[in-house]
Amino acid sequence: MQIKAANPQQKQKGPSLKPPVVRLDSSDGHQLGKTKGHEMINTVKLIVLGLITLGAMIAANYARDLAYMVQALVIVLVSGGLFLWVLRGTGEDKPAMSQDEYMDDVIRAGVVATAFWGVVGFLVGVFIAFQLAFPVLNFEWTQGIGNFGRLRPLHTSAVIFAFGGNALIATSFYVVQRTSAARLWGGNLAWFVFWGYQLFIVLAALGYVLGGTQSKEYAEPEWHVDLWLTVVWVAYLAVFLGTIIKRKEKHIYVANWFFLSFIVTVAMLHLVNNMTIPVSIFGSKSVILWAGVQDAMVQWWYGHNAVGFFLTAGFLGMMYYFIPKQAERPVFSYKLSIIHFWALIFLYIWAGPHHLHYTALPDWASTLGMVFSIVLWMPSWGGMINGLMTLSGAWDKLRTDPVIRMMVISLGFYGMSTFEGPMMSIRAVNSLSHYTDWTIGHVHSGALGWNGMITFGALYFLVPVLWKRERLYSLTMVSWHFWLATIGIILYAASMWVTGIMEGLMWREVDANGFLVNSFADTVAAKFPMYVVRGLGGVMYLAGAIIMCVNLWLTVRKAPAKEASLSVAVPAE
Amino acid sequence: MSKKPVQKQDIPTTGHEWDGIQEYDNPMPRWWLWTFYITIIWGIGYTIAYPAWPGIKGATAGLLGYSTRAEVAEEIDAVNTRNEAINAQLASAELTEITTDPELNGYAKSAGAAVFKTWCAQCHGSGAAGAKGYPNLLDNDWLWGGDIESIHQTVAAGIRNEDNDNARYSEMPAFGRDELLEDAQIDQVVNYVMSLSGEPLDASLVAEGQTVFADNCAACHGEDATGDRDQGAPNLADAIWLFGGSYEDIRDTVENSRFGVMPSWDERLTEAQIRAVSAYVHQLGGGE
Repeated sequence: MQIKAANPQQKQKGPSLKPPVVRLDSSDGHQLGKTKGHEMINTVKLIVLGLITLGAMIAANYARDLAYMVQALVIVLVSGGLFLWVLRGTGEDKPAMSQDEYMDDVIRAGVVATAFWGVVGFLVGVFIAFQLAFPVLNFEWTQGIGNFGRLRPLHTSAVIFAFGGNALIATSFYVVQRTSAARLWGGNLAWFVFWGYQLFIVLAALGYVLGGTQSKEYAEPEWHVDLWLTVVWVAYLAVFLGTIIKRKEKHIYVANWFFLSFIVTVAMLHLVNNMTIPVSIFGSKSVILWAGVQDAMVQWWYGHNAVGFFLTAGFLGMMYYFIPKQAERPVFSYKLSIIHFWALIFLYIWAGPHHLHYTALPDWASTLGMVFSIVLWMPSWGGMINGLMTLSGAWDKLRTDPVIRMMVISLGFYGMSTFEGPMMSIRAVNSLSHYTDWTIGHVHSGALGWNGMITFGALYFLVPVLWKRERLYSLTMVSWHFWLATIGIILYAASMWVTGIMEGLMWREVDANGFLVNSFADTVAAKFPMYVVRGLGGVMYLAGAIIMCVNLWLTVRKAPAKEASLSVAVPAE
Repeated sequence: MSKKPVQKQDIPTTGHEWDGIQEYDNPMPRWWLWTFYITIIWGIGYTIAYPAWPGIKGATAGLLGYSTRAEVAEEIDAVNTRNEAINAQLASAELTEITTDPELNGYAKSAGAAVFKTWCAQCHGSGAAGAKGYPNLLDNDWLWGGDIESIHQTVAAGIRNEDNDNARYSEMPAFGRDELLEDAQIDQVVNYVMSLSGEPLDASLVAEGQTVFADNCAACHGEDATGDRDQGAPNLADAIWLFGGSYEDIRDTVENSRFGVMPSWDERLTEAQIRAVSAYVHQLGGGE
């Protein structure tokens, strides 16, 4: 179904001129044929859902481990529920969907999911931070479910993949429609991506707490959950690419380059790092194809590019849309964006070996990883410069608009962590920083500062637009969020610098005869006060996020409605 | 160099527009570009100097001939060479004479501390104060002897392990699990043992407990319950408890017995290291 384009005669130069849109009416002679087609599709859906339900029941029955069984039961519930839902809907006429409006329902759902998973992820993070400071919080009665080892991957996946992933999917769907002047391709496929991704999150999380993990950092889900994510991700790629292909703008906007590189690369990383052979199709356990140091290399090629493409390229896509929009300024430099984009995606993919300095990895690979990481410094900063310079001429807005402030500080933390990263990749620096809390501090100044803050900025931008409100409910609350989050991050990062460098120095401290002075337990004991500070930083960050949720909720419920909003697909130029 | 990019209206845009977003046609900041070039040039230079580019039969070795393995091997060699003479002296000296030579003793203590913090602290604690089931090494209550020779043998061979034939070995019967004593008798003997160093739970059982003790426990723990180091039988008359001194803990010990294991170290550590850690532990406070 084609979107009926806006009247071409009215495509004037004036950027603000939005021509009226001719709505496509589907109540014509095709009605009968459509209904038949609809019935046909429903039958296929019913067969597929029925088979999945049956298969999952069999899997649950023969399951060899608890995680797998619970996951299979969840699938039985979901697919069985969908089966009934489709069955009930069969024979009913569906109201024709308007094909000329942007598909915003799925984005609204994505915004809610982002905020929800964000709070969940931060909460688990705060809890495990205090578990490290006070081991007694690893309660006897939660052993095997709620101890640090089980909750830690739950935290990392909840914030990176659930919070970050939903933010990326929602904003990319929003941005690609607006900047392509086209409705999302594939009809309800976008909904499949959204719900499929939530199902992936739930399956993965259940696996972590019940012990179904392949023990690869940031790639913990076992083979059957990986397969499901692959299906969802291919659908995501299809929706995104399909929308770009049918765009009505001549050029592809820079944000979409970043989003597309993120989707394509993550697909590749996911497939290569999860090449496993299941021990049984009825069990979680699988055996990885890569052996020894090659497995480590593949894992950190994946791990580093999860940072590079998920948390950097994807979020740069977000930045490239929301900062110019919120600042109402043109992007600073097209040339810079194109050069830093290609440099970034070319260089990032080689930087992984810096995670394996001074290990069994050959020196040549370690050198290359370090060199590519350092050359990556400027391409990373290109995004920061482009974002910050976009704001030049609108700096006064920093005083009046806390959302802009949030976006600026996110770029600040982005710049700081993308300087810190190359520095830590230098072998000599790494020999001090590796395995210490410095790494954790580095990750969090990037994740909380850059990914978190730019996402908050995007949510503050999106909610009034998507729910057709004139403004946010309260800018004061945004300010509170801003300061709580910023101070929280500073407490976090500073305490981890202190403990990281301290324990690095303690580990290598030797006496006059060349003997080590400290035991590992001594370094752990020495870190205690800073662990408490880190936990408090997390509490502040979490409190800010909760204030944001309240503010967004009140914006939807209480903020004055905006009249006659325009959410129709119209090319800007 | 970089102009201050003042955004005036006369800076052209690229002419594109997406959803109201335009793009200025600004050049890339010069400092950015030059820093980028410099990092690339530095990167090329660095990969020439250090092992970097993979080929078919191996990678380029780099002009500096650097290798992380060689570097760490050199550092280890340097330390070993420096300590070679004193290690030999330590390994051949009479154990009891280590303390008489201040230089040798100082070396042994710092080497022993490093060994202890690396290998022993996991069970005995980094301060050697022990934990439930892991003896405190700071006091003078020794299970198998507290002179330096005994400590040395314990470290070298370990306790109740399967790896070393010289490991110290003894086993207390599980009086309850194996039904060697009646429930009431266990109750009595536990109260008797408690009475030796503190208050029993039920003082009326102490007298009968003493009989049970004499018939079943005294063979190893001694008539006066002060233990026997030849069998590693603990002194029960002091208030120091390896597995806890509460009624429940002692009852658990009598019913199910205990079987503390320590690994043997003579294949993992050098003789000099074993002697060093023995000297270190001996001088923690309780050495005899």
